[in-house]
Amino acid sequence: MKDWPLFEIFIRSKNGLNHKHVGSLHASDAHMALQNARDVYTRRNEGVSIWVVESSQITASNPEENESMFDPAADKIYRHPTFYELPDEVKHM
Amino acid sequence: MSPNYSLEANFQNRIDNEEKIEPRDWMPDAYRKTLVRQISQHAHSEIVGMLPEGNWISRAPSLRRKLALLAKIQDEAGHGLYLYSAAETLGTSRSEMIDLLHAGKAKYSSIFNYPALSWADMGTIGWLVDGAAIVNQVALTRTSFGPYSRAMVRICKEESFHQRQGFDILYTMSQGTEAQKEMVQDAVNRWWWPSLMMFGPTDKDSPNSAQSVKWKIKRLSNDELRQKFIDMTVPQAAVLGVTLPDPNIKFNEKTGHYDFGEINWEEFYQVIAGNGPCNKERLAARIKAHEAGQWVRDAATAYAEKQQQKKSISVA
Repeated sequence: MKDWPLFEIFIRSKNGLNHKHVGSLHASDAHMALQNARDVYTRRNEGVSIWVVESSQITASNPEENESMFDPAADKIYRHPTFYELPDEVKHM
Repeated sequence: MSPNYSLEANFQNRIDNEEKIEPRDWMPDAYRKTLVRQISQHAHSEIVGMLPEGNWISRAPSLRRKLALLAKIQDEAGHGLYLYSAAETLGTSRSEMIDLLHAGKAKYSSIFNYPALSWADMGTIGWLVDGAAIVNQVALTRTSFGPYSRAMVRICKEESFHQRQGFDILYTMSQGTEAQKEMVQDAVNRWWWPSLMMFGPTDKDSPNSAQSVKWKIKRLSNDELRQKFIDMTVPQAAVLGVTLPDPNIKFNEKTGHYDFGEINWEEFYQVIAGNGPCNKERLAARIKAHEAGQWVRDAATAYAEKQQQKKSISVA
């Protein structure tokens, strides 16, 4: 038996919030993936909008390369507001 | 230090620090294998678990009960899907898992090899079987593998209604006629011991548990989970006015837990080995449903291909 393609499912729980990954499912095409996602992931009003993306279309970073990928951000503390000291007279900025 | 050793040490370090492991992270082969086995068994249990209840949809005593039972069974299908998806992130495929189940090579919870004989069984399954499953699954929300843990969180959120709908059935019947009260007692008599067996063998007879606990796949031992379930359930039985079929159940002031009698492990191993009252029937029903659905899957595939062709023609 050959499996149908796998789709990743993203759901916006209410307007104003991002779509968030909730899981995956198999379907014969994107249209069926949408219908099945409705039944599998929104049986209790969990969503107002669904995105489905074929899993094979996703390019992911490799956790083994996390060091070279994410470490460059680690030593740039001047990107955070707490790096800068304010004179006492300035109460809030 | 061999490179493999340092990978394993690093992995165990992450586990010890309560970091979750995600699908593309390095993991020991045995960790992956254990998870594929456990998660797929868990998924199979959800799917096979629909069968004893499916029998009662058309016999529910009222529309309200029927709707609730249908919703519960639909949840179980969903829970099976969450779990299959979680297992697939480890590199196995849906068809591989289902083939193994249908070939009798994969296990599912032995509890579903018992028959559901009366409407009180629907209540008892919800109260005891789902109750036991919830105790197990709440502990598993903290399991070390990310996708498994996330599936457990979703499942636990949805499942608390299952136990309540079961208890509600029993409570209603326990306020009813003598015959209804007898049905409740009879169902509890039959389901109590198999429910305790759901947590698996005692810790001293469960050799793989130690590694699973070390990897934090399991967060509590079989005996700890079983005790939790018993402590929760005994007071509820009193509310229902049923007698649990174990004369040795007694609150132990010293331990703060309920003592209980010896479980018939011979029965447990017999059912696991395929000799329970419904093993053959369950597997046959599962295979039949799968095979009888083949034309639907074929039609959907053909339709999807046709739509695809239409699209490419209109683009050209």
